[in-house]
Amino acid sequence: MARIIVITSGKGGVGKTTTAAALAMGLAQRGKRTAVVDFDVGLRNLDLIMGCERRVVYDFVNVIKQEATLNQALIRDKRCDHLYILPASQTRDKDALAKEEVGRVLEELSDGFDFVVCDSPAGIEHGATMAMYYADDAIVVTNPEVSSVRDSDRMLGILSSKSRRAENGQEPIREHLLLTRYDPRRVDNGDMLSVEDVQEILSLTLLGVIPESKAVLSASNAGIPVILDRESDAGQAYFDTVSRYLGEDIPHRFLEAERKGFLSRLFKG
Amino acid sequence: MAANPQSLEGEATAAFELKAAGFTLPIFRLLGGDMEAVANQLSAKVGQAPDFFRNTPIVIDLSDFADGEVEFPLLVGLLRGYGMIPFGVRGGSKAQHAAAETMELAVLGESYSTRGPRPAAREQADDPEGATDEPRPSMLVARPVRSGQRHYAACGDLSVVGAVSSGAELMADGNIHVYGPLRGRAMAGVNGDLAARIFCQDLQAELVAIAGHYRVSENIPAELQGVPVQIFLDQKILRIEKL
Repeated sequence: MARIIVITSGKGGVGKTTTAAALAMGLAQRGKRTAVVDFDVGLRNLDLIMGCERRVVYDFVNVIKQEATLNQALIRDKRCDHLYILPASQTRDKDALAKEEVGRVLEELSDGFDFVVCDSPAGIEHGATMAMYYADDAIVVTNPEVSSVRDSDRMLGILSSKSRRAENGQEPIREHLLLTRYDPRRVDNGDMLSVEDVQEILSLTLLGVIPESKAVLSASNAGIPVILDRESDAGQAYFDTVSRYLGEDIPHRFLEAERKGFLSRLFKG
Repeated sequence: MAANPQSLEGEATAAFELKAAGFTLPIFRLLGGDMEAVANQLSAKVGQAPDFFRNTPIVIDLSDFADGEVEFPLLVGLLRGYGMIPFGVRGGSKAQHAAAETMELAVLGESYSTRGPRPAAREQADDPEGATDEPRPSMLVARPVRSGQRHYAACGDLSVVGAVSSGAELMADGNIHVYGPLRGRAMAGVNGDLAARIFCQDLQAELVAIAGHYRVSENIPAELQGVPVQIFLDQKILRIEKL
């Protein structure tokens, strides 16, 4: 049985899809059979971030409506044999996701994979609740600013009351906090919430801190999950995050602003 | 589903269970016999919030009009017309009760009309069997209350062990206790109990209220923010005091 992980946030634009792609790739690279499912029906992006947009034949909604089998719809990643992508449909809307049918597809995926990563759409409406309903783990992606923190808090409330685990009275969903677009210099200036601030408000275990990085945008545009860019700080931070998710105890990096030496300041202005 | 456990022991299979439960219901307090005046006032009131009254069970309180004659068919028709479900009367005279019964309204006993705190302890002593079905007088929430979540403790106290986030809402007919930072809203004594209090370890609330007397965050002095406090009414003025 696979563990189902939902990547969620409430707010849009915080880095859910980037995180879903990076986490799925990271898990697959360590030999875990991983499927990543795009729940953002109507506004699909995951295929672009994963660089498989030109190989989409069938999609999630086709599988739900039994117009295609799971094997027909799953796209195997060219870089990693253990990774498969189930793209969302761009021409339908989120009402196409019926709860029982989503459950059936996830159960079928569970049989063949170790991890199923669900990339949730923004908001707290039907699409987002479907993405989290069957989850075992939730990674709440939050930016260090007040509106994102509040939306994450709201999402956590929904996770604890409207999931299958909550409705069946099972052990609750394991919740993790992932702080993205973190800029230590702006924290020092007091423009941005610090890790401690966010953790105090949300009272959650911190899975990782991804620094604000130019590498994320260029990786997205190139269709390469940023975790594959091992030179970049964001790629390394995602790599650490995957290790932590798998139970390794690794200290958090990139929390302090880089101290510029005298010489580099002199030459770079 | 599984068979009823009782049937396994050779007893008769139960088709239903009788249980007691307590409900908080709106009371329609009749002040006079003029149905036209009632109709006018109702239409104005319901017009403000039509959804609020839709399918609301309601009890007609006759204690302020015990000597008059009530036109029950008209009154019930009016209430139903506005979507409410009148199902019983309380207070009033024997003649009124008889009239109500012809309209198939239940006559609720005197115990329902006693105001103030529930005399739970006494009732339990008189009626030990009924005591097991008493609704729990207090409510405990042992996890963080997230933005958008609401907890309401009807007829009693509400205790929260954990943080109450901004955008969350706590309500209780009795007192509210928060063991953690209170960043959301807390409303104690929502049924009008002026003696209700709010206790919290770390006051950062958006709004606090007791029996409808409220104060928003902006009007809470900085020296009372972030410290343990109690909040209570003193001559109907909301006071916040360090603990």
